[in-house]
Amino acid sequence: MKTRRSLILDEADRWLFTVVLLVSLYLTFRGHNAPGGGFIGGLVASAAFVLRYLAQRHSVDRIYDIFRPHIILGIGLLISTVTAIAPVLVGDSMLESHIWKTNIPVFGDIKIVSSTFFDIGVYLLVIGVVLSILVALGVNQDADDIDNFDINSPDANSSGNETGNMA
Amino acid sequence: MTILLLAHLVVAAIILTALSRHPRMAAALGIAVLLASAVTTLILSTHTPQHTETWDWIGGLGLRFDLALDGFATMMVLIISLLGVVVLWYSIEYFSDHKAYGRFVGVFVIFAGAMTGLVMSADLFTMFIFWELTSVCSFLLIGLNDESAAARSSALRALLVTGAGGLCLLAGVTLFQVGAGTSSFSELATSAPGGTLITVASLLALTGAFTKSAQFPFHFWLPGAMSAPTPVSAYLHSATMVKAGIVLIARLAPIVGHDELWRWIVVLAGGTTMIFGGVRAMRQTDAKLLLAHSTVSQLGFLTILMGLGVPGATYAGVAHLLAHAVFKAGLFLSVGIVDHAMGSRDIRKLSGVGRSMPLVAWLTGLSAASMAGLIPLFGFATKEKGLVALLDADEKAGGVAQVALLFVVVGSVLSVAYSVRLIRGMFGTKPGLDDTPIDHAPTWFGLVLPMGLTVVGSVIAGVFAATVGGWLDAPAKALDPMAYGKLALWPGINTAFIISVGVIVFGALLASVIPVRPWRNPVRISGEAIFQFLFDGLMTTSKYITRFAQSGSLLVYNAVIFLVVIAVLSTAVFNDFGAGFSDVVFADSFNQAVVVLLACAFTIGIVFTQQRFVAALLMGGLGFACALIFVMFGAPDLALTQILVETLIIVVFLLVLRQLPRVFEHRNKFAPRSARMVIASVVGMAMAMFAMMVSSSRTAPTVGDQYTELALPEAGGNNVVNVILVDFRATDTLGEITVLAVAAIGVANLVRMANRRRRAGVPHPSEAVIGDEVQR
Repeated sequence: MKTRRSLILDEADRWLFTVVLLVSLYLTFRGHNAPGGGFIGGLVASAAFVLRYLAQRHSVDRIYDIFRPHIILGIGLLISTVTAIAPVLVGDSMLESHIWKTNIPVFGDIKIVSSTFFDIGVYLLVIGVVLSILVALGVNQDADDIDNFDINSPDANSSGNETGNMA
Repeated sequence: MTILLLAHLVVAAIILTALSRHPRMAAALGIAVLLASAVTTLILSTHTPQHTETWDWIGGLGLRFDLALDGFATMMVLIISLLGVVVLWYSIEYFSDHKAYGRFVGVFVIFAGAMTGLVMSADLFTMFIFWELTSVCSFLLIGLNDESAAARSSALRALLVTGAGGLCLLAGVTLFQVGAGTSSFSELATSAPGGTLITVASLLALTGAFTKSAQFPFHFWLPGAMSAPTPVSAYLHSATMVKAGIVLIARLAPIVGHDELWRWIVVLAGGTTMIFGGVRAMRQTDAKLLLAHSTVSQLGFLTILMGLGVPGATYAGVAHLLAHAVFKAGLFLSVGIVDHAMGSRDIRKLSGVGRSMPLVAWLTGLSAASMAGLIPLFGFATKEKGLVALLDADEKAGGVAQVALLFVVVGSVLSVAYSVRLIRGMFGTKPGLDDTPIDHAPTWFGLVLPMGLTVVGSVIAGVFAATVGGWLDAPAKALDPMAYGKLALWPGINTAFIISVGVIVFGALLASVIPVRPWRNPVRISGEAIFQFLFDGLMTTSKYITRFAQSGSLLVYNAVIFLVVIAVLSTAVFNDFGAGFSDVVFADSFNQAVVVLLACAFTIGIVFTQQRFVAALLMGGLGFACALIFVMFGAPDLALTQILVETLIIVVFLLVLRQLPRVFEHRNKFAPRSARMVIASVVGMAMAMFAMMVSSSRTAPTVGDQYTELALPEAGGNNVVNVILVDFRATDTLGEITVLAVAAIGVANLVRMANRRRRAGVPHPSEAVIGDEVQR
């Protein structure tokens, strides 16, 4: 799919990508006490990746070389499962919550709940799921279209534009 | 002990990942962990005679992870780890240049660990876990040479047979738990349960043991497993896999062995197996297959001894278990040496091997003599003990023991015959044949020494039978406190001894009378044929059902789903029609009314638009309207999720729409438009009525209040929604995210497959068959 890059999307992506990722982390960690959580955070982070995909199309291949969707997905599931099983190893029942309270200078009192780790797993897993669907239906199909793309064909450009407008 | 088991897993993980390209280091590490296992077990068992470890597993169901290192477990662990060391050592020269060697060592170590866990299990459920693990490992080991179709199919067959047996065992174990209220061996032994339920349970468990230990009629997978490399066969046949069933029988016999039915089944199955295996062994021309069938035969003997539940026989069973492990490992390894050196295992073609490899011939001869039960080898002492025990068992077990004795005598004649056949065939010089040349001379240290060690074991244990017999007292007493017995090199002339002499003479005669060539099976119905019949039938049926249920048309799928929804909802709606209708108000506020009307407008738009793209956008709009309603009812988490999901779904929709025609096509020969309209309207109305009635039909108090109360003190969070997700109902979440992960992988692979098809020019199934909305 040959499309002209959109200046607005490009700029938006440049400024927003990191911000959205940070917001997603914020939402994830505050989730235990306020609206948010791993699922929502993961979706927000996925939105950042979707934005980048829409803005840059082919150049995003690099992202997926670094963040392999299946690996993120696997790590997420692993973290959640380990969090679920960990209490069994210390003699509690599965998924039992532990709350640690510590005092770190400067930051003050900090409360860590073991289910936060579970949420981190959910966060990563959701990102992995969305990314793998994005790669399957988006990036790979694009690559497919490029394979079939004939630069000499007169209608190559126009057909690309047409689809581009539609999307 | 738990740490020991985990050590096996960790070492295997290291071998499978880091060391898969370094065969020698992998083998060395494997040997190290097995030696450590042997040493730890010896130290533990001498210091604390009844060492146990118990972990609570699922307290509510009374499930425990329960290990006990009693005498029998100690003996078995030593057999497993020491023979494992020998086999690994041998395997280095045998096939460490094979590309799957790293995988072999890794799985081998897991296998040894699983077997170790199995023999130490003090609880039926614990044992079941390890039982299944050994099935999986043996599948991987038998199918090690994954490029060979024969290896793959025999691995699958072994897995299916032992897996089906595993299911029987699980059912049996569960019934034990239900019927006797416990699944622990020691508690079962003290409570001595009885009744129909326990009988059924024990028979189911026995079926599991029969599949695992290759008893008639499940014996056929074991010779099939011969397509594995020889070290694998040696280990499977001597120390592990097939012994798992014997271990189970041995553990259960003291508990349920006094049952007449159990005894008869054990004796008939074991006896048939013993004779069947022996007869089949005589028909083989491949030395390895001959050994495989001899294993089947010997397992029959062990089943009889262990299963009778008579104290003397139990002792003899323990002794013969040890003897068989040692001589059978040696025999397999020596067949491997000959195969490695000559490139053939055919006992009709090998000639003069005894002259070119005299040491190997002598060592193998000694092992075979132990199998045949000749003085002064260990096999003689143990088989003699078995005969004595069966002769004595008359008073306790009655007629069963006499039948068993008959089987054992005939089976022993055969075992002498096939032992003679094996040695003569492998090492003898045959008239009219040139001496087989040696291609790869075996090295002394790499192959012959490990094999020789097992032979030394047979000889020393035979010569010092009395001492070794003393050591076996503890293992036998661990199974049955009444078990007694001692072994002797020279038992004196008694009935058993006279029988032994007769057996040897007849066996030797039989070996020279029966010709060395494959002859037809006298028994026509084989377990193999039945298995194949069932297997093929299952495949055909499942193909038929799949073709019927999975038509491949999205419309048909949707219609089925909606019709089921209608059926389920309408029963509920008609049951209690009208309840709650009066509570329904159009809207609580003006804003709500606006949002609802907006949602209705979107819905109508979706129905009437011709453009897919527009429909997708309107669906998104509908989702956002729902999110607004969530906000109005004070559910920010839900609204946030809904908005994010809708956004992402629109993007995914757009990606998919690139592949689809731009406008809807309404003609469809399978589902006419009118039918689709009816289904859609009915499902919509049913859903609406159901939703109105649901809110008024609550009978139990809501759990929500309780969750709200407990969120902060129990789970340390203020956001109840999130606390429910990650704490109170976290098991659900764990299941859901697992499903999510599986679905994502499925989507990715389906799309990839479709792309590959498209590139190859194969039409999409829906385009070719269903004609569902086809334009191109």
